[in-house]
Amino acid sequence: MRGVDLIGFAAGGLRGHRLRTILSLLGVSIGVASVLLLTSLGEGARLYVTGEFASLGANLLIVIPGKTETAGLAPLVNTAPHDLTLEDADALLQRVPAIERVAPIVVGTARASAGDRSREITLLGTTHDVLEIRHLRMASGRFLPREQPRAAVCVLGAGAARELFPQENPLGRWVRIGDWRFRVIGIMAPRGTSIGMDMDQVIEIPVETALRVFNRSGLFRILAEAGSHRDLNRTQEEMRRILRERHAGQEDVTIITQDAVLSSFNLILRALTAALAGIAAISLGVAGLGIMNVMLVSVSERAREIGLLKAIGTTHAQVISVFLVEAAVLSTAGGVVGLIVGLAAGHGLQRLYPDFPIHCPPWVIGAALAVATSVGLLFGILPARRAAQLNPIEALMRRKA
Amino acid sequence: MIRLDAIERTYVVGGSPVRALKETTLEIQPGEYVSIMGPSGSGKSTLLHILGCLDRPNGGSYRFAGQETARFSDDELSSLRRHRIGFVFQFFHLVPRLTAAANVELPMVFAGIPPDQRRQRVEQVLEVVGLGHRAGHRPDQLSGGEQQRVAIARAVVMEPAVLLADEPTGNLDSGSGREIVELMERMNRQGLTLIVVTHDPKIGDRARRRIRLADGRVISDDSP
Ligand SMILES: Nc1ncnc2c1ncn2[C@@H]1O[C@H](COP(=O)(O)OP(=O)(O)O)[C@@H](O)[C@H]1O
Ligand SMILES: [Mg+2]
Repeated sequence: MRGVDLIGFAAGGLRGHRLRTILSLLGVSIGVASVLLLTSLGEGARLYVTGEFASLGANLLIVIPGKTETAGLAPLVNTAPHDLTLEDADALLQRVPAIERVAPIVVGTARASAGDRSREITLLGTTHDVLEIRHLRMASGRFLPREQPRAAVCVLGAGAARELFPQENPLGRWVRIGDWRFRVIGIMAPRGTSIGMDMDQVIEIPVETALRVFNRSGLFRILAEAGSHRDLNRTQEEMRRILRERHAGQEDVTIITQDAVLSSFNLILRALTAALAGIAAISLGVAGLGIMNVMLVSVSERAREIGLLKAIGTTHAQVISVFLVEAAVLSTAGGVVGLIVGLAAGHGLQRLYPDFPIHCPPWVIGAALAVATSVGLLFGILPARRAAQLNPIEALMRRKA
Repeated sequence: MIRLDAIERTYVVGGSPVRALKETTLEIQPGEYVSIMGPSGSGKSTLLHILGCLDRPNGGSYRFAGQETARFSDDELSSLRRHRIGFVFQFFHLVPRLTAAANVELPMVFAGIPPDQRRQRVEQVLEVVGLGHRAGHRPDQLSGGEQQRVAIARAVVMEPAVLLADEPTGNLDSGSGREIVELMERMNRQGLTLIVVTHDPKIGDRARRRIRLADGRVISDDSP
């Protein structure tokens, strides 16, 4: 039997019972559309988050005090880690050739006030180079000076500037933080949340001043930027070696690269996408049951036709393929409809919420169709076998259903 | 062509066996015109189904064209039905969604014959049964006699050696029933072996050879 004829005959069989066919077709459509949408959402979230990280710069290395490695036995000599100091940051810049910029970071929350206004803000002590390392942009004024790391000046995040100085231009004004007074020398362009820190609510001050404000000796972090993405591992090794040397031979810092963070986020979010797709796939399974039901009804309604097919010499395998192909045509058609609906819904969502990350990877389209067809084939097996096993004589004797 | 030897067919109904055919022995030559008559429940249909390889006997031997059918696999029996045997039923059994032409074409579709060859042959056969002008009609647009003629066209489209008809006029008025029988007789005169099951003596007595069944046994077999 020719393939075209098989598909033609099978498709013809579907026209016999329109409503049931359409309903089960819709079942598959819903399944495929939801797989498509949820996958797009998951994939969109992954691209959004990894994009956020990538915007920090792929050559970024982050030094965190303390060893966070959990593998292996607890250390025999449990000494407190050394502080990460400004001198450490300098040493990294001076002694590791690949490193072009460093930005020491001190973070804490504090109450800031100007005039009679006051609010809780995040105080970020750092140096000039953070501007380039974190790709920050100024709205007006200047950023922290390169020299004078102890100056009593500050740069306001866009939100903090708006709230502390709603009416006036903050440039040149004073902000009080605890017992300290800082002159405003610059205002940041709005940035929004970047890896968990609302940059708009941040006030930046020179790093040494921040250490004194918080009465700390150790840094929160050192951001280091390498000149090129290559040899990042070797750069990391050199940094580790220098810091070990400076910390009396103790390996008491953790250095993470953007790559490592990125790839673990990637992993997590891929798993999330898969989980979402898996949940949606349950609806495809339900749709498969719908197809099975329609096909079973079809087989019993068309018993006489099946009996006749056997009388004219149709083989067991041919009867099976007729009903399998019928189920596959049904589910594939449902898949096509679901694909169109899913893509349209994705577009609609994107229109309504332009900030919402939605991304439909092209392979999902092919995969959704393949899955739809397979659902039909899988759930068509039982009805098809039942058809092929009908006793032709009994089938022919049945009155119309 | 056809040779039955002590064929047995037993159904189990409610735990007790019913012998629908008992030691049936029969030989039919190519080109014969045979009628099978007998009261209802005498085993006529059962015999026809076994002759047509739609059913297998429980015992005895059935040779078709010299070959023992008991040794055939299901697929080989399918092939035998496809190429050598045509069936005509009391209730026509046309596929309601297909046109007359498509119904006639069906055996050729499943036999994998290419479309242009199929079209030609369908046209030819519909012409033979006098329905050339009805090719595009669906069964519910045709009279009973016309539907049965489509069924006959379908039965002979693969040029079988034997045509088996089970009460082919049972659902028709006497006029169209007569036309149907005459149509099959014309085919028989061109060499097709014709076996007609009927309980209507007016039909059955037209055959050159008349077999009578009663209670699963051949009680008479008058050949001229
Ligand atoms: N599928 C079946 N199951 C049980 N008994 C059957 C079946 N088919 C036929 N019979 C029995 O076999 C006998 C012969 O039936 P059948 O060949 O249909 O007779 P006829 O066609 O001469 O009326 C009857 O007693 C009938 O009840
Ligand atoms: Mg009968």
